[in-house]
Amino acid sequence: MIGVGKIKQYSNILEKPLSKGKQEVSLSAFAFLFSELVQYNQTRVDNIAELERRLEDAGYAVGARVLELLCHRDKGNRRETRLLGILSFVHSTVWKVLFGKVADSLEKGTEHEDEYMISEKDLLVNKYISIPKDMGTFNCGAFVAGIVRGVLDGAGFPAVVTAHFVPMEGLQRLRTTILIKFAEEVLQREARLG
Amino acid sequence: MPPAAPRSGDAIFASVERVNAELFTLTYGAIVRQLLTDLEEVEEVNKQLDQMGYNIGIRLIDEFLAKSNVSRCVDFKETAEMIAKVGFKMFLGVTASVMNWDADGTCCSIVLEDNPLVDFVELPDTCQGLYYCNILSGVIRGALEMVAMKTEVTWIPDILRGDDAYELQVKLLKQVPEEYPYKDDE
Repeated sequence: MIGVGKIKQYSNILEKPLSKGKQEVSLSAFAFLFSELVQYNQTRVDNIAELERRLEDAGYAVGARVLELLCHRDKGNRRETRLLGILSFVHSTVWKVLFGKVADSLEKGTEHEDEYMISEKDLLVNKYISIPKDMGTFNCGAFVAGIVRGVLDGAGFPAVVTAHFVPMEGLQRLRTTILIKFAEEVLQREARLG
Repeated sequence: MPPAAPRSGDAIFASVERVNAELFTLTYGAIVRQLLTDLEEVEEVNKQLDQMGYNIGIRLIDEFLAKSNVSRCVDFKETAEMIAKVGFKMFLGVTASVMNWDADGTCCSIVLEDNPLVDFVELPDTCQGLYYCNILSGVIRGALEMVAMKTEVTWIPDILRGDDAYELQVKLLKQVPEEYPYKDDE
């Protein structure tokens, strides 16, 4: 009989149980999709800064949702309120869920108090991407930078987040570093909290 | 040497590198949202999604053929089975089935039991004309075109619109015979 054994209907998305997040798709499916995202955005911009901004926007939308999802699922509806807490949340929890591993490193900038860096040897989104010479410093990591910014912003830590290629000794491929520069108010609050 | 037997979708999916489906889902959502902002018209978004899917399909077929050991399908029925049983499984990790064949075997439905694209998605009232997963129909159309089949792929019901399954109707328009001189891989 038709209708028997069919997927259960939920009239409202909020009634749906939250998935455990163990489902997977093939890496190529994601790579194909991501490449379309880049190509589509390339048709709508006339410079690289603009292209990075658009990728970052797309990432921001992802980050905002990831924060919400993970706070509900993994943190019992609590979110971090301290700077180091939220940074390690991004570096460990968010990275692990999205990319299957903890980020390679999390460092504090040496020159500026408000700068932190998350580095990744082989960033997922850069895996199948090679940057044409005429596009200079363009980095698809802008998408991931956007995700990070989305998470931070949603948690009340506004920041400017950018992605850069950094050469590493002994490695052929460039490492991607996500540079996080927090807004002044964040540092002030942090200082007040002691 | 006899040709290698086709591999099952499950076996391929188990052997390829995989990523979290939520990253995939949310990234797709971000794309759809960007398109809605840029193009404003829901119809245009449907078209653009289909175009993107087509672009993916014409490249994805190479990977499909390379990894699945599938040889030329004898008829359209076999083709549809391959898409449902091997294709969907190996890329998205989901199972699909083929049903509702018409009398002459040129039109069928591929029904998805599960669709990773639509997790966390709720269509607002202003987007009722949107075929949220339209990218998938583009992928199938593009991939089949590369194996000399012109098809028309349309969505029938859609869970997001309150229907009870994801059903793609695939209609074979014509087989394009390969023309001499045969195109070699460039």
